[in-house]
Amino acid sequence: MFYRECGNFKDNYASDMAIFPIPLDRYGFIVMLILALIVIPLTATDYWISSIMIPFYCFALSAFGLNILAGYAGQISIGHAAFMAVGAYASLILYGRYGIPLLPSILGGGIVSAAVGTFFGLPALRIKGFYLAISTLASQFIIQWVIVHWRWVSGGVFGTVEAPDMQIFGWALDTPVRKYYLVLCIMILLITFGKNLVRGQLGRNWMAIRDIDYAAEIIGVNLYRDKLIAFAVSTFYAGIAGSLITFCYYGAANIEEFHVMVSFALIGMIIIGGLGTILGSFLGAGFFVLLPIAINQSLGAFMDVVPSDILSNIEAIIFGGLIVLFLIVEPYGMARLWHTIKDKMRLWPFPY
Amino acid sequence: MTFFFEVLINGLLMGIMYSLVALGFALIYKASDVFNMAQGAMSLLAGLALVGFLEMSFPLWLALLCTVGIMIILAYSTVFFVLKPLVNRPPLMLFMATFGIMYLLEGIGQSIWGTDAKGLNIGIPEISFEIRGILMNTFDLTFAGVAALLVASLVWFFQKTRTGRALRAVSDDHEAALSVGIPLLKAWAVTWVIAGIVATVAGVAWGSRLGVQFSLGYIAFKALPVLIIGGIDSIPGAIIAGLIVGAGETLAEVFIGPYVGGGIQTFFPYLIALLVLYFKPYGLFGKEIIERV
Repeated sequence: MFYRECGNFKDNYASDMAIFPIPLDRYGFIVMLILALIVIPLTATDYWISSIMIPFYCFALSAFGLNILAGYAGQISIGHAAFMAVGAYASLILYGRYGIPLLPSILGGGIVSAAVGTFFGLPALRIKGFYLAISTLASQFIIQWVIVHWRWVSGGVFGTVEAPDMQIFGWALDTPVRKYYLVLCIMILLITFGKNLVRGQLGRNWMAIRDIDYAAEIIGVNLYRDKLIAFAVSTFYAGIAGSLITFCYYGAANIEEFHVMVSFALIGMIIIGGLGTILGSFLGAGFFVLLPIAINQSLGAFMDVVPSDILSNIEAIIFGGLIVLFLIVEPYGMARLWHTIKDKMRLWPFPY
Repeated sequence: MTFFFEVLINGLLMGIMYSLVALGFALIYKASDVFNMAQGAMSLLAGLALVGFLEMSFPLWLALLCTVGIMIILAYSTVFFVLKPLVNRPPLMLFMATFGIMYLLEGIGQSIWGTDAKGLNIGIPEISFEIRGILMNTFDLTFAGVAALLVASLVWFFQKTRTGRALRAVSDDHEAALSVGIPLLKAWAVTWVIAGIVATVAGVAWGSRLGVQFSLGYIAFKALPVLIIGGIDSIPGAIIAGLIVGAGETLAEVFIGPYVGGGIQTFFPYLIALLVLYFKPYGLFGKEIIERV
């Protein structure tokens, strides 16, 4: 009844190019923003903010970065956790060792990560499909090795760099709520930028490459340039996400936090969430971050003391089962479910 | 020079072990276009099951038989519960599904047989001896023999038997195979069974070398570069690339490693893979996909 395109006449370019052309979407988005900006920081406990919402936002950002590469440009990368690590170490070194202010440091982490990512994207010029996917795994192992063995970066064998106290213009970011705002603001900024990027010329080029690459080349898309830009943008996002999660959640850059399984989990997020959608990045990140915690909590309700090995096994079983189930029930991801609901709403209550 | 050959031969023997894992990937990819991330977990499950049966004081042959039985059940249930509903989906979805299966197998295997690292001893003696000054041991040689036997019988199976011919037809063209009356799902199930048996051999080989433990699932990461060097869908490719990778990484570790701080085994295979892919984008023996506009 309320979810209608009809009656919304577009009489200027601004409304034609609106991200949410349907009013109900716009209101829903504003409600979400209010929820994230005001309600959660005011009501949620420190535990919720610092160990659930912050990692959720960071992984959503990273998943969105991977989604640009895999969902829009069609190039799979199984090395994204390593690029998060690059961003994390780079920004920590810039901030902690050279005393560059916090925000430029985080940006610097993203830029270093983008530079490394573009380099590792070079094989994409020649190979594709699973061959490319596995050669991006190379970046994961090479970066891990370099970080551990290059003492200037990791400061020792264990590869751990402590995050110093954070300050912006002399204002200390010490409580979870302040860190939450830092993460949230950067995330909103970058997602808005990304959304506009994929709506524009570049995004359309990427989608053309994803759909049929040789056809894209024939209609004049510069395949090599755009693939490399996709790698650069995507790893830029990964780097920013990595530095944010290290500054605000882990507290220290440790290579173990950016293990190859994290890379696989990121791939999982965008596939379960929905390839080539922004909503999907969030839903997928939510699935992968919140579900293990939810399983953990609900099992704790049944048993007083759950042995940790049984817990992790049950977690793995439920998790794996749900991935398979989701793929069977909704192969195009949770974002597709939302689309189905929207299509139903459009016709409701008169389906014919 | 003797030292060089000793390292080389050890590397080649190591490479055979990689080939075993890569072989499982190649078989499944060839038949069903599924990139099976769960291959490492299948080896882990086989290793865990075998240890479990041996601990129940089964004789070795019976334990092996039961393990293979489990792999057969696994293969059929994967094909009919997971792959069947996902027929005709994009390869990436199937890849993700096997990722889910990987979690499932790790969880199920470890909740049945426990999470502790276990030793696996199947009674192959590990006696070191020298041939012309090159140190070798019977254990590695035995497994090299077993692997050679396995590959020979696979080749025989695919070339000479009726089922093997059907499987090759399926891997060439799904629709054409269907139209001449080959049951696709059955063919896939048989392929998964074979891959399961290969995974069992790999699990036993790696398990008795490193102990049966969680990290056994990670040998898949060693097999992936092997796979793309050889070409994802090529069985001889998997064997030859395994030897290349085994020899390459062992030589690199011994002769280059000390200069850069060691541990380069983790990524050296990937470097070789990148190098090979630069010249041959579909691997050494992979089927080249020719696109026409």
